[in-house]
Amino acid sequence: MSLATDAPASDVDPFSVEFFEDPHRIHEELREAGPVVWLSRYGIYAVARYAEVHAVLNDWRTFCSSRGVGMSDFAKETPWRPPSLVLETDPPEHDRARAVLNRVLSPAAMKRLREGFAAAAERKVDELLERRSFDAIPDLAEAFPLSVFPDAVGLRQEGREHLLPYAGLAFNAFGPDNELRRKALAEAAPHVAWVTEQCRRENLSPGGLGAGIHEASGTGEIAPEEATLLVRSLLTAGLDTTVNGIGAAVYCLARFPDQWRKLHAQPSLARAAFEEAVRFESPVQTFFRTTTRAVEIGGIGIGEGHKVLMFLGAANRDPRRWERPEQYDIARRASGHVGFGNGVHMCVGQLLARLEGEVLLAAMARKVESIEIAGPVERRYNNTLRGLASLPVAIKPASA
Amino acid sequence: MPNIVFVHPDGVREELEIDEGTSVMQGATSQGIDGIVAECGGNCMCATCHVYVEPSQLALLPAMSEDEDALLDGTASERRPNSRLSCQIEVTQALDGLVLNLPERQV
Repeated sequence: MSLATDAPASDVDPFSVEFFEDPHRIHEELREAGPVVWLSRYGIYAVARYAEVHAVLNDWRTFCSSRGVGMSDFAKETPWRPPSLVLETDPPEHDRARAVLNRVLSPAAMKRLREGFAAAAERKVDELLERRSFDAIPDLAEAFPLSVFPDAVGLRQEGREHLLPYAGLAFNAFGPDNELRRKALAEAAPHVAWVTEQCRRENLSPGGLGAGIHEASGTGEIAPEEATLLVRSLLTAGLDTTVNGIGAAVYCLARFPDQWRKLHAQPSLARAAFEEAVRFESPVQTFFRTTTRAVEIGGIGIGEGHKVLMFLGAANRDPRRWERPEQYDIARRASGHVGFGNGVHMCVGQLLARLEGEVLLAAMARKVESIEIAGPVERRYNNTLRGLASLPVAIKPASA
Repeated sequence: MPNIVFVHPDGVREELEIDEGTSVMQGATSQGIDGIVAECGGNCMCATCHVYVEPSQLALLPAMSEDEDALLDGTASERRPNSRLSCQIEVTQALDGLVLNLPERQV
């Protein structure tokens, strides 16, 4: 440790409107500043290069999650909600709950969902082709996951409008005590109440993903109240993320017509087109860890008990790791990107996200000839999620 | 460096030298082998780096974890008794000459 140097300092605010509008320039600044940067405004460390982000994600012993994966340190502050049993825990406690979610969201489980999701995607694209012009965020990126995910979980119909605000709240709450976070928490009560109620066994229909989690409490694998909290994880992380992933993919394909033509000519590239959009836009931009010991990374020393912010979006465009990182290229081998994280906490719903993205983009590729942006694009601000509020587009049907 | 042999579904063979200590999946994807997707990047979460191991060589491999076993139930191409995930096979000198058949589909 004696050779470790101090991290270069930066006063950028990665939770500001300026940053949300254009994170890429500041991402580059942070990557070039050093392997670790001190964000003086918040008194935290940050990593923005691929190698360091990947290393932090894969060392849960040193960079723990149990002190929270947002800016707030659970060792010093009371969390705004009971901590998640998977996201905000470390092995070995983490692994027991994670095993249940792994099973419920396994490749085998996705095979059972595929046919229904694909049929819903066909219907959605047919409906949008009738309209020709629409807003691709509410009418497509939100509407499609909302048409399949709550049913797959087994939620009742009434109150589903709470799902997106609840997720928006949870992802804003990982950020600093800024206006976004304060406003989200001030408006939280009705969304929290509805979501908490829906997580109970009696409110979930048999055969759904939610009931599948509760079955694990029947075998003693987890306690009944743990099952309830795990369903909450599904509802928090399972919808807004795919909305922003699909929104990112549609935005990419509308902006880069050569890539759209490639997909249209070869619809089997749909899954790769979605994956590359997750790399390119990184719908989940950031997560934090907390150091459990003094550690040196990239020659820079970090003491025990410090928050470390990982810029997943910056890592996904690090020229040290990616060729032509600024190009959206659906033929790219995107495997290894950290848009779904990496290591023991890597997104447990990644297969569900890919399934939704694939079937929707495949249906579009087959049925739609062209997609163009047809109005002003508006960004939605969130402390963790990167996505749009509005994306007006016009589509033309493919000739039969 | 150990040699690993990949046999595509059409019978075409490709031989790769892969560093000891890395996984077969890493070696294959970093050298651009078609037929191994590895969507999750080697975290044993996606079952898209599925391979069929030459049966006579199965015993050379490390034992299968419960996670891998469960994932193999969801592979896109049928699971067979010699199915493994290549992200869970660490290359050692003892695996020199390992023959892996690639499935028709990974997704």
